[in-house]
Amino acid sequence: MELQAVLMAAGGGSRMTDLTYNTPKAMLPVGNKPLMWYPLNLLERVGFEEVIVITTREVHKMMSSDSKIKLDVKMKLDVVCIQEDGDMGTADALRHIQERIKTDILVVSCDLITDVALHEVVDLFRAYNATLAMLMSKAHEFTETVPGQKGKKKTAEQRDFVGVDQSGKRLLFMANEADLEDGLSIRKSIVRKHPRMHIKTGLVDAHLYCLKKAVVDFLVDNKSISSIRGELVPYLVRKQFSKTTNSQKIKDDAEDQNQKKNDGPTNHELLISSRDEPLLQLAQERSCWNDHRGDMSEAYHGGKLRCYVHIMDEGPCYRVNTICREANFSKCYRYGIGVRLDTDGSDIGYYYYHYYYYYYYYYYYYNYSSLRRRFINYRDE
Amino acid sequence: MADSGETEGPGNKDVIERAKNDGRELTKEEKQRLRKEKKQQKKGKEKKDDKASQDGEKREKKPVSSASPAPQPATQPPTQKAPPAVPALVPVPASETPPPGDKPAKSKAELKAERRARQEAERASKQGKKGDVGGQQVAAGKPKAPPSELQPVVKRLPEYMQADNPEVLKKLAKKLERQQTPEYNAATKIPLRSDYGYKVSLFSHLHQYSRKAPLTQQLSIPSTVIHPAIVRLGLQYSQGIVAGSNARSVALLHAFKQVIRDYTTPPNEELSRDLVNKLKPYISFLNQCRPLSASMGNAIKYIKKEISNIPSQCKEEEAKSKLLTCIECYINEKIILAAKAIAKSSIEKISDGDVILVYGCSSLVNHILCEAFEKNRKFRVIVVDSRPRLEGREALRRLVQRGISCTYVLISAVSYILPEVSKVFLGAHALLANGYVMSRVGTSQIALVAKAFNVPVLVCCETYKFCERVQTDSFVSNELDDPDDLIVTRKGKTQLEHWQDVRLLGLLNLVYDVTPPDFVDLVITDLGMIPCTSVPVVLRVKNVDQ
Repeated sequence: MELQAVLMAAGGGSRMTDLTYNTPKAMLPVGNKPLMWYPLNLLERVGFEEVIVITTREVHKMMSSDSKIKLDVKMKLDVVCIQEDGDMGTADALRHIQERIKTDILVVSCDLITDVALHEVVDLFRAYNATLAMLMSKAHEFTETVPGQKGKKKTAEQRDFVGVDQSGKRLLFMANEADLEDGLSIRKSIVRKHPRMHIKTGLVDAHLYCLKKAVVDFLVDNKSISSIRGELVPYLVRKQFSKTTNSQKIKDDAEDQNQKKNDGPTNHELLISSRDEPLLQLAQERSCWNDHRGDMSEAYHGGKLRCYVHIMDEGPCYRVNTICREANFSKCYRYGIGVRLDTDGSDIGYYYYHYYYYYYYYYYYYNYSSLRRRFINYRDE
Repeated sequence: MADSGETEGPGNKDVIERAKNDGRELTKEEKQRLRKEKKQQKKGKEKKDDKASQDGEKREKKPVSSASPAPQPATQPPTQKAPPAVPALVPVPASETPPPGDKPAKSKAELKAERRARQEAERASKQGKKGDVGGQQVAAGKPKAPPSELQPVVKRLPEYMQADNPEVLKKLAKKLERQQTPEYNAATKIPLRSDYGYKVSLFSHLHQYSRKAPLTQQLSIPSTVIHPAIVRLGLQYSQGIVAGSNARSVALLHAFKQVIRDYTTPPNEELSRDLVNKLKPYISFLNQCRPLSASMGNAIKYIKKEISNIPSQCKEEEAKSKLLTCIECYINEKIILAAKAIAKSSIEKISDGDVILVYGCSSLVNHILCEAFEKNRKFRVIVVDSRPRLEGREALRRLVQRGISCTYVLISAVSYILPEVSKVFLGAHALLANGYVMSRVGTSQIALVAKAFNVPVLVCCETYKFCERVQTDSFVSNELDDPDDLIVTRKGKTQLEHWQDVRLLGLLNLVYDVTPPDFVDLVITDLGMIPCTSVPVVLRVKNVDQ
């Protein structure tokens, strides 16, 4: 088997408590389907046959009673229940299911609604033998404000700085503005290897990751990492450019002081070699391909750990994690091309196929005050 | 008595003998005569042969002289050219109505025909006793052979060279449908990759794919139909990450090792037969991603042979480990050791003060130059490069990294730089059976210019790249790469961006070309240094060995 899908559905929805006080985030209705139906549908369309769903007991109960999930989702759902106390991060959850994981994994978050061609992400993972491949998308500007809330400006401190190389595929740098104290510092080794780097700030992280099995094994040994997005991914991105040594200590790099102790013993675990490593090495040597040019080093600069990102230019890719987002998305969804949709969803069914286009059509409708009134009704239900 | 050898006696004897074997033979002779008449009357019409005895007769006709197979083509699919012997025979028996008793009025030629027919009938009766079923099949096979002596043979073109024939494409799609792994039902099949863009008419019989439309978008993501290692390999081929004849073969064998490791024999099957069937869809998939190279083809043939040679009583674990060691041996012998041997022979040809010209990035030539440099030969290298691949840059990097002093030019400057050159070393993708060298496009130009300047051209090639194909030009069988590779952006402007909209414009991105043996002075192989024309000898020796 090539890939195992893992759906993280235990999130609390900390930024949308108004909506989640009653129902857990994974079962919030968007249109007529619960939120977690969308990533499950994406996986099913692409061809997955089984998914490991990590969720809470409450959600599990709601799932088994929910008709949409039971009937529409033909895949086998292997549900793993975890405690609801919110201490468990996504990486902790992966550690919890470590024995079920036998191959590389594709981690999806339950609040992702997108129609990305998944093969683009997975192809990066396969072709370059990457350790991590993730999906990001150019953020769409939502011009609609949420009724019932004061005009709250989105604070700029949540920006993500993402550095990619010239081809736009290799992930060189990732940091959140909150973690950067006084400016963006980039290691010399990165600049030496990739003199041209594009730093983007307007990207939305879709929280869809392809990870090698070796990373899961690494997580088991390193219990300090508890969140995939917050800690694991930046760690892997940083690790690409650290000096790869098995036995000797890492050379001093000013930024590395605090991580030096951790890097030494854990380095070799991530670089687990396959059984026929010499053959792969021979094939790469004989191949007349290089991923960069201009310096004297071989393909990938000899590095074994690589992180890739696929950036979606167009097409919907939404993460339903704040009220503003959820509101906008449901509105697009529900007020479609001319037909008024009922709350029990009987008319919404076939609109699933058209929901992608709602984003483009919604600006024709957002001026209609009647629709806004209906939106407020929805919020009270 | 019927078995005793017939003597070519006078007609009377024949008459007597015929009378003895009257019942059976005469009818056969009669039928033959009838057939000849029919053939004369209705030329080009297909005749059905519904008698087993006649099948038996047909079998015998092959060893007999060419005149006797004449009646046979009558029963074959329409033949355009009637063999010259037939008209001679046909009018003679047709001239007289064939009642069995009408003997005295026969001419000499007709008697001969009758004698021959009798001989065949006797042989038929002999072999008919042996077994009719075997005879039927052999008869089906053999009648095809004689017509080929008499008329132009219609060779079947391989399907990768018939991309403009819609029937062939339909057949290919059906074949891919049928080629599925047995445990999955018909819903899963290998997708067919569709051609991209306008193809130049001279090359419209070849496939042209776009790199932006990989085959994986039609497969399910945790690929179950095709082993993940093969999907990965196909992707790497189509994206150009694994490029170069040696690299592709090594990567292919590596992927096959993983397939063999993960393989389990289904309950009622034998490993030797089932594994070969398992590999077939993978090979079609890889062919769709990028057409197979000659070296890959030879490697696949070797593996298939090894798999089918596994004795049936061998246990699965044992068989698998045996196959894995076979693959490792193959790589070691044919690629690694061969490179060492070739390097050793080539170093003798490199003398101090040489200026060596290389083209593109050949792993073998780079290896030779690095080895020679380590053996302290003093030489410098001129690397010639060409668009769109610009592989010479990679070769340049590898040589300069070792410390060899290099010059870099584009192929348009070859005639400018050639007066400085003392030797040309070229790599090969394959060596064809008629001595032609198939290599990266541009190689034949280099060889031509070098010949004009009287510079010796040495081709370095391992024997596992020798292929039995015969080709004299670069059109009949080639590979078309993605035409969008030719588009380049200079100073922010991309002139060819909308090339598809221009009706009269076609972009052609060829990958290979063939160099005639007149331009090549020496081929350095692991068997030694041979002239280009000795390639068929090597092939023959290889086949005898196997």
